[in-house]
Amino acid sequence: MENSASLMSASLLKPALIESITKLDPRKLFRNPVMFMTAVIAAGSTLASFTGGGQSLGLDLQIALWLWFTVIFANFAEALAEGRGKARADALRSAQTETQAKKLAGLDNRRFELVSNRTLRKNDLVLVEAGELIPGDGEVIDGIASVDESAITGESAPVIRESGSDRCAVTGGTRVVSDAIVVRIGADPGESFLDRMIALVEGASRQKTPNEIALTVLLIGLSLIFLLVVMTLPAWASYAGISLSVPLLAALLVTLIPTTIGGLLSAIGIAGMDRLSARNLVAKSGRAVEAAGDVDTLLIDKTGTITFGNRRATHLVPVGDVSREQLAEAALYASLADATPEGKSIVELIREQKLADADANAVANRIEFSASTRLSGADLHDGTQLRKGAVQAVLKQSNVSADAETTKLVEKIARSGGTPLAVSRNGKLLGIIALTDVVKPGIKARFDELRRMGIRTVMITGDNPLTAAAIAAEAGVDDYLAEATPEKKLELIRKAQAEGRLVAMCGDGSNDAPALAQADVGVAMNSGTPAAREAANLIDLDSDPTKLIDVVLVGKQMLISRGSLTTFSIANDVAKYFAIVPALFTGVYPALQALNVMQLQSPASAVLSAVIFNALIIVALIPLALRGTPYKPASASELLARNLGLYGLGGLVAPFIGIKLVDLAINALGLV
Amino acid sequence: MNSADLIQILFFAVALLLLCPLAGRYLQAMLAPDRSGALALPERIVYGTCGVDAGREQNWAEYARALLLVNAGGIALLFAILRFQHLLPLNPSGLPGLSWHLALNTAVSFTTNTNWQSYGGESTMSMFSQAFGLTVQNFLSPATGIAVVLALVRGLVRRETANVGNFYVDMTRSVLYVLLPLSLLFALLLVWQGVPQNLEAAVSASTLEGAQQTLVQGPVASQEAIKILGTNGGGYYNVNSAHPYENPTPLSNALQLLAMLSLGGGLVFLFGRMAGDKRQAWAVFAAMMIPLAIAVGCAYWAESQGNPFATPAGVDPALANMEGKEVRFGTVSSVLYAVFTTAASCGAVNAMHDSFTALGGLVPMVMIQLGEVIFGGVGSGLYGMLVFALLTVFIAGLMVGRTPEYLGKKIEAREMKLAVFAALIPMPLGILVIGAFAIALPAGVAGLANPGPHGLSEMLYAYTSATGNNGSAFAGLTANTEFHNSLLALAMLIGRFGPIVPILAIAGSLAAKKRIPPSAGTFPTHGAIFVALLIGVILIVGALTYFPTLALGPVAEHFSTLAGQQF
Repeated sequence: MENSASLMSASLLKPALIESITKLDPRKLFRNPVMFMTAVIAAGSTLASFTGGGQSLGLDLQIALWLWFTVIFANFAEALAEGRGKARADALRSAQTETQAKKLAGLDNRRFELVSNRTLRKNDLVLVEAGELIPGDGEVIDGIASVDESAITGESAPVIRESGSDRCAVTGGTRVVSDAIVVRIGADPGESFLDRMIALVEGASRQKTPNEIALTVLLIGLSLIFLLVVMTLPAWASYAGISLSVPLLAALLVTLIPTTIGGLLSAIGIAGMDRLSARNLVAKSGRAVEAAGDVDTLLIDKTGTITFGNRRATHLVPVGDVSREQLAEAALYASLADATPEGKSIVELIREQKLADADANAVANRIEFSASTRLSGADLHDGTQLRKGAVQAVLKQSNVSADAETTKLVEKIARSGGTPLAVSRNGKLLGIIALTDVVKPGIKARFDELRRMGIRTVMITGDNPLTAAAIAAEAGVDDYLAEATPEKKLELIRKAQAEGRLVAMCGDGSNDAPALAQADVGVAMNSGTPAAREAANLIDLDSDPTKLIDVVLVGKQMLISRGSLTTFSIANDVAKYFAIVPALFTGVYPALQALNVMQLQSPASAVLSAVIFNALIIVALIPLALRGTPYKPASASELLARNLGLYGLGGLVAPFIGIKLVDLAINALGLV
Repeated sequence: MNSADLIQILFFAVALLLLCPLAGRYLQAMLAPDRSGALALPERIVYGTCGVDAGREQNWAEYARALLLVNAGGIALLFAILRFQHLLPLNPSGLPGLSWHLALNTAVSFTTNTNWQSYGGESTMSMFSQAFGLTVQNFLSPATGIAVVLALVRGLVRRETANVGNFYVDMTRSVLYVLLPLSLLFALLLVWQGVPQNLEAAVSASTLEGAQQTLVQGPVASQEAIKILGTNGGGYYNVNSAHPYENPTPLSNALQLLAMLSLGGGLVFLFGRMAGDKRQAWAVFAAMMIPLAIAVGCAYWAESQGNPFATPAGVDPALANMEGKEVRFGTVSSVLYAVFTTAASCGAVNAMHDSFTALGGLVPMVMIQLGEVIFGGVGSGLYGMLVFALLTVFIAGLMVGRTPEYLGKKIEAREMKLAVFAALIPMPLGILVIGAFAIALPAGVAGLANPGPHGLSEMLYAYTSATGNNGSAFAGLTANTEFHNSLLALAMLIGRFGPIVPILAIAGSLAAKKRIPPSAGTFPTHGAIFVALLIGVILIVGALTYFPTLALGPVAEHFSTLAGQQF
């Protein structure tokens, strides 16, 4: 996790400080109604200090100054959040340097002209050869190549990009490591994926999210009420013969309107997006992130998310009088020539459990695994023939038929969701290796967590229902969809949505595109096809399906931060009343001194302390806004009880202490 | 607190807990959507006469239009009756027509369920005006409240529809099956207790001292019944339920107390039944009962202290503060009545709130300022409370990381905008802004009897009472002037229709939404946390808004009294 030191590193602080002044531009402030109102009040108060006769110029000016600080601190919070986004955007932009592109006249015509990548338009074809940078976002339409995408994802291992597959999308700024491909450019300059991502993390194209708008409405409503309260107060006070000066009223108004949440609201939103991009997730809009917090049904691909990508050997079962070691030794020799992940997993299993060892010099002839023979093997110098592979293939090769014991064993493994492989020596069946999906460690706990948060998990798999049920039970998902097809997925999403649920899913293939578009939150893998990436509202640069869960958490955290700070902000007002109201009225009603529960030293210091506290609390809460309120998955009731205690009661009590301390400090410094 | 008082307070708590769910059951049976047989006949006759297509449902805008039309018509008709009562029959005392501003104020007052009275009933209103003018509105205004709450609850429980019900049907059923039969029953009970019900002119009587006293009679019991049941509060006599003809016995007093809250509380349970989840109703009911109990406790404590300025004059402080109270009711009954009537937006009084101690008078004022949602007026209390519930789930929803929802309906920007307009803006607008004109302008201050904080309290109470559609008075303010009659009428209109229109819009907006099934991630709106938060939101919104002004009024008066300062 990020610590507060890196949240506020010096390189970010300086530009943020400058920008917190330039953001005083009314056109920029207008986007944030509460802060705009604060700035207007500050301006009015400044004017009034000079025109007010000057008996209390020192105090009035100090109040005005701190009102300005309130606005500047809020700007600072926003600038700091944006600065963090910008830093990330700059890193991305460096990948977007101008390069030469080999623009092809046509697919059949391999003659190219060298042009700048900036001039490339949608549907242009470019040839990219080993060692060259891909000049823009697009789709591989010819060839296969390994591509180094570390500039985008930070992952150094190259990935395969191939035309006509689900992995045909390439991103501008990534480097082809081997082979050559023809890429059809997918976006005009300025509209590429990277451009969009930069715009988003910089906050430039940030639209307010629906909940942010609703909250802003509430904050404006509260501000309006307090405006009514303060504007009518002179009239009511006049009946008691009290006249209230503009700076005092300004102080009361600014401390009452929800400046704390108003000042931090946009920083929370920007920081939320930033937390996503720190996880290499690109949101196409803030709306999607917020929707993620609401998701109550997660469709999760089995492969890669719940289980490791490939099946792994999990046990060896000898048949007849064969010993486990004999079976293991044969299987090990026979698997040495099998480079598939399944074959490797057999070797790993045997070596891990120290069941057997192989001497490479003993092998005379290696029989490589191929998809057509479906087996691999080794002929040893002593003439021993060892084979391993699909049960039918091995039996056929050995020219034997399975006995009753073997048949039963094979069926049992298949029924429980595993894949049986047979091992033979010199045409004699030694035993069966079971390959099964291995559920990732810790995934069950993760799903329990999700369940406590009220999120249903549905496993999507192409497996038969039997296998699917077995894995679903082991992983602890709530439901599963077996023999899934894109149509079935789409239907499942529609059905859940008809019940009023919000569905999130991730996918990569073109045939996932309709489901991704239908889902409320769709996460496309960066390796996916352009169609899938277009349909989704989030893109995962690492192509890691487990991220879906992170997206939900970030979405929730964003809402919780807003809610908590709103509660805190409103609860603060109680203490401010007890500071300012007695200060305003004790001149005429000395008995109201009884309301001065904080025993603030003088009316002047009481008002000033409240204003100073109100400004400083914004700064104090910036780290919380940027990092998000700590969130541990729990049920709604537990969460509410905890956050209410922390931010509700805390918000009630903290300012009593804070204002008192400020009062002691300013009196000690002789400011009033 | 002596044990007799405690037992009395506990009696009312238990009685409300039993009575309100029963009232909810009755309301459901009477307001049910389809009815056949003999019971359907009266409403069919009304629909036939008025040309209402009872089967046709309205969307929220049509519903609101019908409501505003009926209410505007009601104001106009009542204005005409009052202005020209000298030309109308049943005026045996030959009372003149009312001035335009008093007629306007009274017409608005009775139509908005406020029943603020800038006049003394027995010396101003003819029997015709009382029976055919005021009493008609006494029925129509609570029926309007019930209609609005029905539309809002339908919005919450229906899904993906534009329709929120038919205003004319809701109104007709409320009057025919709820208000009329209950009033009839209640009026008979009151007559049994000694409340007059006749059409005789006033009679003169010689008092023991030999003075002549005029005893005004009339159809008192019938008006009294709906005055209480419909949380209207406009008495037949100037001193309202402190008058022995309006409230003759301890039993009649107890019945009035319970009747005041029974329909408002009953509607909460109707809501639970319509939502198919009684726990929701109990949560809302708890959020009403708890502040009510706190208020009774505070007011009782304040009144029991007595008046420190009276003690040196030889008054035993143990007698408590008896100024302005009926000896036959005493402290506890007066306090209960004051708190219930301000909680319920009723406005009937059996003691003079102006004579309460500073804090004792603060309690009824705060009860109104909280938005008249602690039970509140018939209908208006629950719809106000439900809007506070929406605000509460919004804040709570954010704190648990979900788009907030209430009963499975998402609360989004549009609902928030409307909820702010409904729950947050109208009350301060009427109380603080219009009140500020009244307190700052010479024409407004002219009517005030007292200087200093108490004078301010009187003005604040008047505009609070009008905006909250309560109608009780702090007295001390001579309100029957062109200035106050007009401004108070404006405050009453803002306090009534300011929330109603946005609330109907909320109903329409919610009705169109899907209903989301609850999950563990959904914040439950029937538990103790929700109740506590809801009460917190109501108290904080109320306290934060009015604290500075209250500090200049009752709070300053209280602390000054303690310090021995008089004004």
